[in-house]
Amino acid sequence: MNKNVTFSIGGIHPNDNKIARGCAIEALPLPQTLYVSVAQHLGAPAKPVVAVGDKVKTGQVIAEPGGFISAFVHSPASGTVRSIAPRKDLAGNWMTHIEISVEGDEWVEGVDLSDTLVTGIPEDIPATLEKIKACGVVGLGGATFPTHVKLNPGPQAHPECLILNGAECEPFLTSDYRIMLEKTKEIIVGAAIMQKVLGGVKTVIAIEENKPEAIEAMRKALSELPYGNISVLVMKKRYPQGGEKQLIDAVMRRQVKSGALPVSVGAVVQNVATSLAVYEAVQKNKPLITNTLTVTGDCLPVERQHNYLFRIGMPLSFIAEYAGGVPAEAAKIVSGGPMMGKAIANLDAATVKGSSSILYLSGKLTKRREEGSCIRCGRCSDACPMGLEPFLLNRLYKAGDVEGLEANAAQDCIECGCCLYSCPSFIPLLDNIRMAKGQVMGVIRARAAAAKAAADAAKNENKK
Amino acid sequence: MEKMLVSPSPHVHSATTTSRLMGDVCIALLPALVVSVLFYGWAELLVIAVSAVSCVAIEWAITRYLFKKEGCFCGSAALVTGLLLAMNLPSTTPWWIIVIGALFAIGVAKMPFGGLGQNIFNPAIAARVFLLISFPQQMTDWTLTPGFIHTTDAVSGATLLGVFNEGGIQALQSLGYHTGISDLFYDMGGSAGEISDIALLLGFVYLLCRKVVKPWITISIFATVALVSGIFWLADPSVYTGPGFNLLTGGLILGACFMATDYVTSPMSNWGGVIYGIGIGFIVMMIRYFGAYPEGVSFAILIMNMVTPLINRGFHRKKFGRA
Repeated sequence: MNKNVTFSIGGIHPNDNKIARGCAIEALPLPQTLYVSVAQHLGAPAKPVVAVGDKVKTGQVIAEPGGFISAFVHSPASGTVRSIAPRKDLAGNWMTHIEISVEGDEWVEGVDLSDTLVTGIPEDIPATLEKIKACGVVGLGGATFPTHVKLNPGPQAHPECLILNGAECEPFLTSDYRIMLEKTKEIIVGAAIMQKVLGGVKTVIAIEENKPEAIEAMRKALSELPYGNISVLVMKKRYPQGGEKQLIDAVMRRQVKSGALPVSVGAVVQNVATSLAVYEAVQKNKPLITNTLTVTGDCLPVERQHNYLFRIGMPLSFIAEYAGGVPAEAAKIVSGGPMMGKAIANLDAATVKGSSSILYLSGKLTKRREEGSCIRCGRCSDACPMGLEPFLLNRLYKAGDVEGLEANAAQDCIECGCCLYSCPSFIPLLDNIRMAKGQVMGVIRARAAAAKAAADAAKNENKK
Repeated sequence: MEKMLVSPSPHVHSATTTSRLMGDVCIALLPALVVSVLFYGWAELLVIAVSAVSCVAIEWAITRYLFKKEGCFCGSAALVTGLLLAMNLPSTTPWWIIVIGALFAIGVAKMPFGGLGQNIFNPAIAARVFLLISFPQQMTDWTLTPGFIHTTDAVSGATLLGVFNEGGIQALQSLGYHTGISDLFYDMGGSAGEISDIALLLGFVYLLCRKVVKPWITISIFATVALVSGIFWLADPSVYTGPGFNLLTGGLILGACFMATDYVTSPMSNWGGVIYGIGIGFIVMMIRYFGAYPEGVSFAILIMNMVTPLINRGFHRKKFGRA
């Protein structure tokens, strides 16, 4: 019997296709021009603080937070600001980008560029949080939520457990796996820093069983480092184990209530790549301008697969060219994993902090077949990790029954894609449920706004 | 770049498709079909062929000429209906009765509701019951047709359940019948789907291994039949047949393994399936003990088909993070 832990409801077992697992991380050269988006994180876009013609150095702040939930953006190279103008992102939407023509790689003062491991954990927690914020660290597991906000859950919250997400449950992606092998100790120091910030909570590094080398490396590094209360937890291979709610369920056997934050059950989840960024920010004073990305796919020969250390702002087309061009058999290019990643409509789009892959998929693997009739087999329902009934939500959506959608928890959908993946009739379940979720969220928001307005009106009435 | 596909996630799909699922059901029915042809010969093969071909042809014709759809031809589901209908018929059934059955299954029980996935009743069972009521004589003519294997203890003319229905337990005893191991392997005097329990169970195990169906409905039916008949049998073994007899005779195994587990007409949830199975098991035993018909599996499944939408309303999956 497999004793490794996993989450309790639904899930699927797609072929993990970790073809690029053996490729060591290589640093990419700098292109001539970098295009740095001001929307690299969840929340308000950052506001540019440089002007056209300004000289910038690597690591210099070029945009500052545009709100409470927002993040600093730093220059990925030294050079001259050429323009601050709208440019298409990978989905083809227009977004302000700061164009920098690269003249070199001269870093700002005070950044430790050596490889020396710094293991001492700073005692001053507000200063640590300030450093994480100043270095523009955001969650690199996918959501790019500003890390300093997540690590500071407020005085009412009681964090009990820090979970380091090393699940990497998306097929094909190997960047987290590679950093766990190559930056093992840095990740652990990052975890120890976050553990300190959260008040010395229990810390678990959760890794899926299909990465035994990473598990081994983590255990070995832990035994060599002086930190306590940090352990490695091996999980079964199952998608979507890296989903925040699923991961908390797997590790702590607690289910986050619908609409609640993870910290309500005492959990704080951070990706291993975020932990590395925290290490570099706090110990090395190095802002988040690099991350690891996998160039992979089913139609790319093994020798052409790579794990690259990229700078933000590099056009994806530059990386694709460097890696030998787009393979002829590719029918779709995806940024992110095959389950939740975005199909790239514009290969000239620039990398952002959260970029994790350029994934070339063949038509055979990715092409959707014609939609058939629902045979009520219930596979979508069995696969849904949130315990929803996708066939029912799909029907309610088609009938325009928003009330029914809310009653059946369409808003709980995490868009993991298990339903559409499992449907033998290729019914576009998630496409429709995504729309349904938007409708329900709209209704919920409108209701909250109306309730707030009514409360305010009543308050004003009392004052009179 | 302009030739690339762009679509919402997910970008990959599992290998399981509707036609593969239906194909698996056909494979699972093969052992029982082979055994029935061995015992009932060419006549049985003809029944199977006529039933399968007419179901597929009728579905194709309706899709093409009434629904006016092209290319969207789900023949594999009609093939399953055809095979299941054949397994419910005596090997002596004239070809035109089979065609009428296929017409009823596809043309009345399935397509008018909107085709695949929309029907309320299991088409094969609806057709079987329709034929049983319309052609009672032909549908209970269990004269043995010459097979490729000859057995000596064949009961010709009536099924064991028929004997019990006519003359009670005494009639069964006067035949010298007792439940034995041989029932598992062959059970002469019945339709193709009643002949070999082992062949049917073998097919069902294949379906379970391929994860085509879940076991809960089937287990629930078997358990209910065993429990209800066990209670009656313990109360008065001189009047009521026991669990062994009721589990192994008639169409119970075919019904529980292949008909009640039909996706379209059974509840979606596991617990819903258990309730559905209890309903079927109970109704089967009531009909066998007290009904006018010797066998009640078809009626029981049809009745529970009707209740399925209600069961679906009552049983939902437990949602993550919600009470």
